[in-house]
Amino acid sequence: MSLIAAGSETFESPGIADFWQPLVGDGAFALTRTMVVFGISALAISLILARVGGRLKVVPGKGQFAVEGVYTFVRNSLGRDIIGTKDFKPFVPLLFSLFIVILVNNLFGVVPFIQFPTFSRLGYAVALTLVVYVTYHTVGIRRKGFGGWLKSFVPSGLPPWIIPLMFVLEFATYVIIRPATLALRLMGNMLAGHLLLLVFTVGGEFLLLHSSTINKVPGVLSFGMTLVMSAFEILVEFLQAYVFVLLTAVYIAGAVADEH
Amino acid sequence: MTGNIAILAYGLAAIGPGIGIGLIFAAYINGVARQPEARGVLQTIAFTGFALVEALALLGLVFAFIFRT
Repeated sequence: MSLIAAGSETFESPGIADFWQPLVGDGAFALTRTMVVFGISALAISLILARVGGRLKVVPGKGQFAVEGVYTFVRNSLGRDIIGTKDFKPFVPLLFSLFIVILVNNLFGVVPFIQFPTFSRLGYAVALTLVVYVTYHTVGIRRKGFGGWLKSFVPSGLPPWIIPLMFVLEFATYVIIRPATLALRLMGNMLAGHLLLLVFTVGGEFLLLHSSTINKVPGVLSFGMTLVMSAFEILVEFLQAYVFVLLTAVYIAGAVADEH
Repeated sequence: MTGNIAILAYGLAAIGPGIGIGLIFAAYINGVARQPEARGVLQTIAFTGFALVEALALLGLVFAFIFRT
């Protein structure tokens, strides 16, 4: 037992404080690593999309094929199938932009040398959620008028004594719960995934370098787990981008839909 | 026993939404298996229900961070 427990230093497990990485300055106006990664992603996305979109050919090359594949996926299965064929077209740019931004920034969590998912910081998820929030309320108010939008919260055909209760519940859902869960879902998933990778990596490093000889094997296994969890992380990142844009489309569809 | 009861609380809070989301998507899979043309309609309903159920799990996660000692 003592052979296993003997180590040279104590292990500090990685925590949420590891996500605050200011590069220049400190405090509220610091230039953080998150800002740099987000800037790199914005530059990369705009350069690639502008380059592909500027030279569209009838017979697509590889880059155009890839971008067209993603665009068609978002437009059809997230736009048209959910919002409906009548009025999904104005929203496709929003859905595609959200999808591409979230996907690329999430994938930066596993790309070597950049490994930091920007949406593990709450501010970035809240910024995207604010865009969606303003969108679906504005669309609802424009389509149905302010009173009509509020009336559409409560489904029709309910006994009259339950309507005030349902209205309060649905109002809280539309105004508070939906944006909160949209932001928190994205942030929570990215934070938890990155923290998992950190635990395996930092723990593996500690076991390999700062611990007794018998702990070398678990150290190597820990790094192996980092690889496995990275693959799982890629899946989760795709899924979270998909779910965010899917829920955006569902909320917009609810705002656009006519009462029957 | 040392530790934080907030993590225990979150673990308990995650049981219900786990089962709920499993039930929702089991029904979705069943529906699409019986009638593949209904995939689009059922997808909207499934993900609306998923968002509502997962709200509880996320609330549990947030409160675990707020109320930790």
